[in-house]
Amino acid sequence: MTMHIVDRRLNPGGKSLENRQRFLRRAKALVQGAVKKTSQDRDIKDVLEGGEVTIPLDGMDEPRFRREGGTRDMVLPGNKKFIEGDILPRPNQGGGRGTGPGEGDSEDAFRFVLSRDEFVNLFLDDLELPDLAKRKLAEAESEGLHRAGYTTSGSPANISVSRTVKLALARRVALRRPRPEQIAELEAEAEEADEPRRSELLAQIAALRAKAKRIPFIDPIDIRYRRFETVPKPVAQAVMFCLMDVSGSMSEHMKDLAKRFYMLLYVFLKRRYRHVEIVFIRHTDRAEEVDEDTFFHGPASGGTLVSSALQAMHEIVRTRFRPADWNIYAAQASDGDNMTSDSLLTGRLLTEQILPVTQFFAYLEVGEAANYTFDMPDSSLWTLYERLRNDGAPLAMRKVSERSEIFPVFQDLFKRRGKQERATP
Amino acid sequence: MTMTGERLFEGADWDFRTLQRVHDACEEIAKSELGLDVYPNQIEVITSEQMLDAYSSVGMPLFYKHWSFGKHFAFQEASYRKGYMGLAYEIVINSSPCISYLMEENTATMQTLVIAHAAFGHNHFFKNNYLFKQWTDADGILDYLEFAKGYISHCEDRYGRHAVEHTLDAAHALMSHGIDRYPGKKKLDLRTEEKRAGQRRAHEESAFNDLWRTVPTGPAKTRAALTAERRRSLLGLPQENILYFLEKTAPRLQPWQREVLRIVRHIAQYFYPQSQTKVMNEGTATYVHYRIMNRLHEQGRISDGNFLEFLQSHTNVVFQPEFDDPRFSGFNPYALGFAMMQDIERIVTEPEDEDREWFPDIAGKGDVMGVLRDVWANYRDESFIGQFLSPRLTRRLRLFHLHDDPAETAGIRVDAIHDERGYRRVRRELARQYDVGFIDPNIEVVDVDLEGDRRLMLRHTVVKGSQLVETDARRVLQHLADLWSYDVVLTEVDTSDRVLKEYVVSPRVLPAAVA
Repeated sequence: MTMHIVDRRLNPGGKSLENRQRFLRRAKALVQGAVKKTSQDRDIKDVLEGGEVTIPLDGMDEPRFRREGGTRDMVLPGNKKFIEGDILPRPNQGGGRGTGPGEGDSEDAFRFVLSRDEFVNLFLDDLELPDLAKRKLAEAESEGLHRAGYTTSGSPANISVSRTVKLALARRVALRRPRPEQIAELEAEAEEADEPRRSELLAQIAALRAKAKRIPFIDPIDIRYRRFETVPKPVAQAVMFCLMDVSGSMSEHMKDLAKRFYMLLYVFLKRRYRHVEIVFIRHTDRAEEVDEDTFFHGPASGGTLVSSALQAMHEIVRTRFRPADWNIYAAQASDGDNMTSDSLLTGRLLTEQILPVTQFFAYLEVGEAANYTFDMPDSSLWTLYERLRNDGAPLAMRKVSERSEIFPVFQDLFKRRGKQERATP
Repeated sequence: MTMTGERLFEGADWDFRTLQRVHDACEEIAKSELGLDVYPNQIEVITSEQMLDAYSSVGMPLFYKHWSFGKHFAFQEASYRKGYMGLAYEIVINSSPCISYLMEENTATMQTLVIAHAAFGHNHFFKNNYLFKQWTDADGILDYLEFAKGYISHCEDRYGRHAVEHTLDAAHALMSHGIDRYPGKKKLDLRTEEKRAGQRRAHEESAFNDLWRTVPTGPAKTRAALTAERRRSLLGLPQENILYFLEKTAPRLQPWQREVLRIVRHIAQYFYPQSQTKVMNEGTATYVHYRIMNRLHEQGRISDGNFLEFLQSHTNVVFQPEFDDPRFSGFNPYALGFAMMQDIERIVTEPEDEDREWFPDIAGKGDVMGVLRDVWANYRDESFIGQFLSPRLTRRLRLFHLHDDPAETAGIRVDAIHDERGYRRVRRELARQYDVGFIDPNIEVVDVDLEGDRRLMLRHTVVKGSQLVETDARRVLQHLADLWSYDVVLTEVDTSDRVLKEYVVSPRVLPAAVA
């Protein structure tokens, strides 16, 4: 008898992937709730990490007819001292061991591990880029080629051989072009045949030859070319500007809040665009582009001039990120302080230079932990931006003072809007 | 004894040539010394990742897609990664050729053990046990699964994933009640039927006696009773195979839904013998690997070191914690099965007076493999334990029987222990623990109200006061009502026909029913 050994190790893995996706889809609401709950206790960096979540088994159970109660008989191994007729006290109710392992408590909650992608996807699932961004997106397009059927004219390089041959065959069949085998057959017969029949056959062959000549194997009308259409292709790269006030009034807590928001925005953009760059601009009364570490941790002091940061951003956009090639996002974090004299310049820069080229501009006003947002008096920057927004500038703005508010605020900003809402700019 | 002496492998490393050598060496012993009769073998080497994949689709190499498998996969993956659970060394599939999955991480010794265990032990059992012969088609199962997978994904494309998922959910909930427990009558062909009718007529003619006409027939049945009887026989009631009943008679199912129920039913039926022969199947495989490994060692084809490695994993496999051990979670089928096989070997070769008394048919018969092969072919767990659990093994395992009657406030009674008086009761109760007739609740379809609102009536015969868990029962009945598409009534009745509880469930609107 023969035995076969099959090496399956190189077979594509992930055979259960689809089942897993179905499970996640079915449990979506539950898993999403769990993900949000988990992410609130997490450090922002770990949001990316995936990990274990626990969901209640409601609606995810697979019911079966099961029985319980009644008289039970069981046989067990390892008798040590019992003799027939002994009465044993019952173990504490509920803690009995007869209930069958694995069925008791493990059924109420279900723990499993989500991968990083699954986690982020679920976390950001009901978010989308706001409308104003999409409108701009349409302008920032490049063109790509796309197959679009066949055409009767085109360059020889684009001839579709299979389509051409197919049409030629159809035409030859329709016009009854004599087949070479048919002629060869007649010729063979003519060779053998006697005189009157022979000349008759020869005439027939000549007629067939003539017909075959009239009906070419491939006619120009058979030829088809592959057709291509140019289609607009959205730009697949984005740049994210992080603007932050680092003057003395910004505490570590405020910076932490801002950082969390930036991280979320980064994760979100990363999911939409193939390539995302980040530019960090910090400012006091003058702005500079810095690396990430300096941005969050580098010491700085001075007054506050928001316009300097906007000016710097404008410079960088002009020199390095052509709006036609890049989707530009900006998020500004500040405690709201600004020199009153700077308001005019800030407003003008924002409405005339920055907003026209960005997809989305968010302003996040961070406060001290103890302050509740509704207690905070409107700051000078907030007042300014609010006025701009009321004038129709596409600005998103929120106030945050607690770590736990970051996620709700972020979700609120990017929440998928209903159709009606979407129609209004 | 042949001392071939040449080692099959050295150390822990192996390659495909090693596997081939190991297989051939095992085959030689299995065929010539143990007299096993197996399907051709196919050995597939897989990674641990693939082993996890296989777990979630009930071990089958291909299966249709359903979220519940994803759920099991997620759960198993989580417990595997956290180290709560090790992976099996192998999975073996009752098919022809018999497919055994071997993990690549196993050492050469483990591969030898697994080949002896699965490719010969389980394989022989699959091919020869009467339940498997009666209920499963080893040649066709892989093709059938292929068909099932294709059919279900085709249905999803045509009728929508949601509708298919819903039907599958419902079918899965009723899976344990989608099994034929007894082989049905074979349909006669026309010729035999005609012949039988002829014979019957001839018999009637030859036995004709006018006197019978005058015998009073008793009160005529009422019209209502007659129609009820006729209706029930037309519908084939009572019917315990609920899925079969729905497939054939549910009034509003689409044809594809009937086919889906059929697929689930067939697969449940395929696994039915496995659930009835866990102890025997594992006992057989463990006994076979133990014999083969010992023989290979005697022949000098496995080194002492490798043999010790084998003994260690063998001992782990057949470990049976006692009832008061924290590790105890019921009987280990490997341990119980292997102990019983070895015990039978002892009875056949070196019986004691007690064994002669209890097992006169096999005691001292001498032909161990002949007796065992016969046992493996003709028993299932329940009858196997009921027949072959010996007093000596009962003493060795120190078995005892507890009787827990909730009405008894004092506590649980020790009903029987491993002594002469208790032996038969212990054996009977242990056998009963493996009797599917007791394990699954006895629920049957009893009637349909065809003249009224078409409600479907089911009956659960309550045994020993053990009733259905209400939440689960309601959920299952909801699925059942969705398939039936009219009300469903389940009555729980005790043995004296007293109604204990009644469930009435109405169908939800199914997406498929709307279409």
